Amino acid sequence: MSSDFLPALLAATSSVDIGASGFATSIKLNFVDYSILAAYILTVMFIGFALKRYMKSSEDFFLSGRAIPGWITGLAFISANLGAQEIIGMAASGAEYGIMTAHFYWVGAIPAMVFLGVFMMPMYYGSKARSVPEYLKMRYDEKTRTFNSISFAVLTLFSSGISMHALAELLNLLLGWNYHISLLVVSVVVLAYILKGGLSSAIYNEVLQFFMILLGIAPLAWLGLEAVGGWNGLVEKISTTRPEAMHLWQDTAGIGNPLGVPWYGILFGLGFVLSFGYWCTNFAEVQRALAARSMGAARRTPLIGAVPKMMFPAVVILPGIIAYALTHMTTNSGYTIPMKDGVANYNQVLPSMIFHYFPNGMLGLALTALMASFMSGMAANVTAFNTVWTYDIYENKFPGQKTDRQLMVMGRYATIFGVVLSIGCAYFASNFKNIMSLLQMVFGFVNSPIFATFLLGMFTVRSNSRGAFWGLVAGTTSAFVFHGLSIAVGNPVGFIKGGWISPLIELPKEMSQSFYVAGVAFTVTFVTNIVLSLTQAREKTDAQLAGLVYSLTPKQVEDSGPWYSRPAVLGALIIIAVVALNFYFW
Amino acid sequence: MTFDLRLPIGILFTIYGVILTGYGLLTQGSEMYQKSLGKNVNLGWGIVLLVFGLFMLLLTRLGRKN
Repeated sequence: MSSDFLPALLAATSSVDIGASGFATSIKLNFVDYSILAAYILTVMFIGFALKRYMKSSEDFFLSGRAIPGWITGLAFISANLGAQEIIGMAASGAEYGIMTAHFYWVGAIPAMVFLGVFMMPMYYGSKARSVPEYLKMRYDEKTRTFNSISFAVLTLFSSGISMHALAELLNLLLGWNYHISLLVVSVVVLAYILKGGLSSAIYNEVLQFFMILLGIAPLAWLGLEAVGGWNGLVEKISTTRPEAMHLWQDTAGIGNPLGVPWYGILFGLGFVLSFGYWCTNFAEVQRALAARSMGAARRTPLIGAVPKMMFPAVVILPGIIAYALTHMTTNSGYTIPMKDGVANYNQVLPSMIFHYFPNGMLGLALTALMASFMSGMAANVTAFNTVWTYDIYENKFPGQKTDRQLMVMGRYATIFGVVLSIGCAYFASNFKNIMSLLQMVFGFVNSPIFATFLLGMFTVRSNSRGAFWGLVAGTTSAFVFHGLSIAVGNPVGFIKGGWISPLIELPKEMSQSFYVAGVAFTVTFVTNIVLSLTQAREKTDAQLAGLVYSLTPKQVEDSGPWYSRPAVLGALIIIAVVALNFYFW
Repeated sequence: MTFDLRLPIGILFTIYGVILTGYGLLTQGSEMYQKSLGKNVNLGWGIVLLVFGLFMLLLTRLGRKN
């Protein structure tokens, strides 16, 4: 559910805690660094204020009036997911698991994004649903929508809070900035620009943040490669110390690979259930596409996003792999991964490399990039929250007719209390770290049942509201039960890590445990939905389902445009590229 | 919507390019570049940012003419 749930899964083994240590010298920012940071903050505020005059109706505020070009929504689509935890988590996993971390991109995200653009977007955008829960209402019923909107609203606030906590703690440890003040200042900036410019402001700023993150973090891979002796140097060093870290598939016949998951677990658990569940049904993502100005632009949104997304492992995972190589070189490289309590503290890989290699100037740029990544993740969560709150909960559940003006006012209030509640969750996270890693598991529990429900809802006419609702309930429950019955080797049995009912099922790694949980939850939802739906007569007629189910949605007439802008062509090209990457790094 | 995002992106990164390139020129040969393996990364990356920023500004101008 959270925009940070994929890296959070990865980080689960080392927990979200970004502990101190590893920084021999304290780092001082100078006026150049500060002016870079200040220029960024001024620009995001400027964009918010410049967009204020377009905010005339609630559709403008929550859906950008469905008027944004595809390249903007496409970059915002991936930027919404580039939270600080994604950047830090992916580098951490690069160091811990090696290149297999790229499965989260090349098996996970990319195919799911293509599927969303080519097959699901005609129903999402065409149905004129204003949110993901609202689509569930159109296709099924009010219960199913309520289930989804409440679980989404709660989890999205928690994920925003967790990432706020992570950033404030990082700034505190690295720069000695006051935890409370950093939390407050960054939240106020995000709050201000969303209040002014609504979703448009979040989206336009996400594109700016995308370039900021890319151009601020990319030089790290450049300097890292210089330090390790180029790409060939890296391959040579890794192949002497840890050859399995440079292969995606070679060791996946069994569980003897860094992830501890065989190939079918990767394909089904990560590739299919977890990634499709996240990318295709998370409203913080889908909302970006709904803001696009035409059906073609909406369908191209995840496809345009997929192109840079495919390259991102070079920016975020590669520095982690380099950090591992530098730490284990026979000659002293001067850099080692920070340790905490005698074990490598992978969450510090990215920040420690930045501080090790970047002088003042570049340092300010990289810190601003981290700040930008944090803001984009937070703004995505907050704009998704205020929309779901206003359209799916307030407009529906509170008595009385609401005028458009009232919805807009409520949207602004929802933005404010969304930010305030996120700050509350951040403090909660700083006090109960174990509960946070449990919650990250929970994000996974909720996603896969929703995805099973969408799959049946969008691609079959028989699936009905009874099947959908009880399928969701059964699937989510089964996830908790499976978690209670399974434990990763070496983990303490308990409510946090699992096995609290009885540790019957032993799994090699926490990662494989989460894949199995997701797989079980998906299967139970899928089967329950089908069985319950088939035991009843059809609930809705073809006419009622027109535009909501794939077979009853008119074939998309392609936009007049060059052949390469057609979603199916673009999708096919992306799939070919991603298959090639999988073979290349076999 | 007539808001052209390329303009603020272009301005911001042009400013970054100027700041970093200028700072890099002023600090040439400084021992602070021992961190970055002896490379004046401020100068090098500053030029990259400057080119990117100016390119965005150029796109904005071309967009206006159409």
